[in-house]
Amino acid sequence: MKALLVERLVHRFAAARVAALVAGSGSGIGIGPLRLSEIEQPSLPGPSWHRVAPLLSGICGSDLATLDGESSRFFEDIVTFPFVPGHEIVGVVLDGPETGRRVVVEPVLSCVVRGIEPLCPSCAAGRTGACERIAFGGIRPGLQTGYCADTGGGWSDELVVHEAQLHLVPDTMSDEAAVMVEPAACGIHAALAGQVVPGERVVVLGAGTLGLCTLAALRCHTLPSTLLAVAKYKVQRHFAAEFGADDVVAPSELGRAVRRMTGTLALARTGAAIDRLAGGADAVFDCVGSSRSIAEALEVVRPGGRIVLVGMPGVVRVDLAPLWQREVALCGAYAYGTESVPEGPRRTFALAFELVEMVSLERLVSAHYPLERYEEAVHHAANAGRRGSVKVVFDLRHEDPAWRRAAQVAAPKRRVPRDDKKLETSA
Amino acid sequence: MSPRPGFVLEVDRSTPPTLFWHGEGFRFEQLPEGSRVVYPPESLDGLADPDAAIRHALEHPVGDSAPLSALLKPEMRLTIAFDDVSLPLPPMRRPDMRQRVVEAVLDAAAAAGVDDVVLIAALALHRRMTDNELRHALGDRVFDAFAPHGLLLQHDAEDPAALVHLGLTEQGEDVEINRRAAESDLLVYVNINLSAMDGGHKSVATGLASYRSLKHHHNVRTLQHSRSLMDRHHSEMHSSNWRMGRLIKNAGVKIFQIESTLNLDMFPSQFSFLQKREWEWSLADRAGFHSTRLALDHTPPRLARQIFQSMLSPYAPTSVQAGEVEAVHDLTLENLHRQQLVAVEGQTDILTMGLPYLSPYNVNSIMNPILVACLGLGYFFNLYRGRPLVREGGVCIISHPTPWAFNPVHHPSYIDFFEQVLADTTDMFEIEKRYEQQFATDPWYIHLYRTSYAYHGVHPLYMWYWCAHALDYLGGVIIVGGDRAAVRRMGFKPASTLADALEMAEDIVGRGPSITHLHAPPLLVADVS
Repeated sequence: MKALLVERLVHRFAAARVAALVAGSGSGIGIGPLRLSEIEQPSLPGPSWHRVAPLLSGICGSDLATLDGESSRFFEDIVTFPFVPGHEIVGVVLDGPETGRRVVVEPVLSCVVRGIEPLCPSCAAGRTGACERIAFGGIRPGLQTGYCADTGGGWSDELVVHEAQLHLVPDTMSDEAAVMVEPAACGIHAALAGQVVPGERVVVLGAGTLGLCTLAALRCHTLPSTLLAVAKYKVQRHFAAEFGADDVVAPSELGRAVRRMTGTLALARTGAAIDRLAGGADAVFDCVGSSRSIAEALEVVRPGGRIVLVGMPGVVRVDLAPLWQREVALCGAYAYGTESVPEGPRRTFALAFELVEMVSLERLVSAHYPLERYEEAVHHAANAGRRGSVKVVFDLRHEDPAWRRAAQVAAPKRRVPRDDKKLETSA
Repeated sequence: MSPRPGFVLEVDRSTPPTLFWHGEGFRFEQLPEGSRVVYPPESLDGLADPDAAIRHALEHPVGDSAPLSALLKPEMRLTIAFDDVSLPLPPMRRPDMRQRVVEAVLDAAAAAGVDDVVLIAALALHRRMTDNELRHALGDRVFDAFAPHGLLLQHDAEDPAALVHLGLTEQGEDVEINRRAAESDLLVYVNINLSAMDGGHKSVATGLASYRSLKHHHNVRTLQHSRSLMDRHHSEMHSSNWRMGRLIKNAGVKIFQIESTLNLDMFPSQFSFLQKREWEWSLADRAGFHSTRLALDHTPPRLARQIFQSMLSPYAPTSVQAGEVEAVHDLTLENLHRQQLVAVEGQTDILTMGLPYLSPYNVNSIMNPILVACLGLGYFFNLYRGRPLVREGGVCIISHPTPWAFNPVHHPSYIDFFEQVLADTTDMFEIEKRYEQQFATDPWYIHLYRTSYAYHGVHPLYMWYWCAHALDYLGGVIIVGGDRAAVRRMGFKPASTLADALEMAEDIVGRGPSITHLHAPPLLVADVS
């Protein structure tokens, strides 16, 4: 089957990193670790697993960071090579009682998925995103589908998915809406992790897919008095306003915008050019995850306020003096699980399905690419805002239908090779 | 030979290109045949002995007022308030007229044995003046005698302890002014009357007032019905100030008003061509213009700004009058009109104007886009008596670079107004309703107004309101040669050339429009029949 495969090739990661540093994200795709390959289909790890043929699979910011060679080495022990990326997936079930049904994949490979009993404390509490066993159990290490060699990923013709990961898609929901469920779940989890109290003033830094989903979730699930979005590009400003931001500003306007939003005093060494705010926003959601965005968050959060890291950070260099002196809380918001909402505990994905429909998040899907044009796709995703786009997806709906029919009849016998075995590529 | 009056030229084939101010530069534009150009009168001769004229005015007051010397008593509290840095434009060469008048008043006070004297810069909600600016306005002798002892104050409209509420006018307008001024035995107000808008009761009722008081006449409705701001008898803003002024008088505040008018010698000799009509330029004028233009074309904008901002005017006073406020102001208007009034027959479809680098609110600063709009639509558009130069539904074409640039020290709330408010709406009533309180009460703006050199937080809104009459009346506004994004942010149309702008204007006013160019500065007031 066809798949985009990431191999552990250090020199290629290094080349991609240099290219990204010199020419921007996505520039090193041709020399980086990603290759279009013909590989064996992944085998089913157990009886509760099913084959799924992706229909649409999104390109996420964390995927881009990986392909740019900018991911933290923290992840080295919780991914296995070679892996097929792609964790924003809507696909068709190819076997079992739900054969032919469309599903969204919840990609976290938690205790249940790994067949681990008893569940770790996090999974037992419903916080599957914080699973303590993501390197253990019946499949090899991998924090999510799309980072584990045993499961495959969405950027391929087929992957294997545990039944606990499957969410049936209503017939009325489009593929484009369904592929937005996973990022929407991330946004909801982040919004609720921020513990926004009614009347608080909130800032969302970044208005890519994750920023916009977080913004929409904050508007739907919390009651801030003012929601300020920071958006770099026109398309982002448009959607930020659509999704309920009270004010949308350019990154260069952030300090002044937060100052006027909060009415705080400011410290200005040069007359009235703002150097630092005396107060600031109650909560800042950093949906970028760079050194700069974290520093900006620290500049505009009030003493005693909260910063929620939503965008995936890597190794960053930040002056933490303000965090210390102003007693700012810094927390991460990764993935999803079970959320406490007024009607009781609910799965984040259930809330995400509702959010997608409520806000029509399918509008964010701006471009479709076949796997063969992966270089263009990745480059487009890395420059989405500049090109007037938000979410770029691989479209696998036009892949060989004959193969699909065959796949529904008989499970293939080929296997994905282990770890560092060199693969034949079609590049 | 007496100075020639103002003049309306009809452009024909032999008319040379017309000079347009364009910020810190100029444009030379060939107006279509049949266009009119309104030129100001030539500059009047200044008073032969200004100091003697001042002394004469102080001792021969007009209206119901005793001579100044008779009003001064040894044990009294005397306050001298004076116009701030916004006047005159450009700043005049030393000695500034305020210095001459204040020194004369202080001489009289000293002769009468008055010890308790305080000087107050009547800032209203303008920025504080720097020490250098105060020195320039008042002279070293006055500054050194008063400033070190804390007797040279700047009105603080945000200091509750320094304000006193004198009551409500018959229309329910709060009158709250500077406490020291109100509680003095005599308040002497020293004006420089560059335009007909200034002076009269506006001096104290605006210059020494608080936001609580100012909001009654600095609002959209009032300014929309001030037709024009240069004609106090048809200006709601002035009517409100006059009501307040009369209340101040009835509350027992004794005011001795001193107003002075200036001639139109605005520019030093190297820029003498700016005072002349183009076809009368001498060879030296042409050389001066072209060399200036060439130099400016190769000068970085920041440096060009510094050069222009350092320009001082050789203004000369043409009259001084003192005494009771209303009588003094009536005389002032007569003298102003003698210098500035130009008879113009009929209105025009398109009014063109070139705006200079300077407005009342960017002395030693940047002329930001809000101030461009304010100068063009608030001031120049209002340079009329009778009817506007342009017909209702007509188009105003403004030439100015309109940079998206702000002085963060002087105009901090302008930046926020431009970034936040105008990005949201340009509708004045909407802005007034949704944003005025926020900007007027923001503690940071108040802090900067009181302790730094910042205009008050609400000031950019007022400057936007200043355009209320024009924007309610005009069919369109086009800015030539401006920063396109900045122009669009204000809801106006950008054009690269005057020819483009005229073509765009025809879409609004129809084919074959009449065109009139306001050749200012120097200032003029069109008396439109």
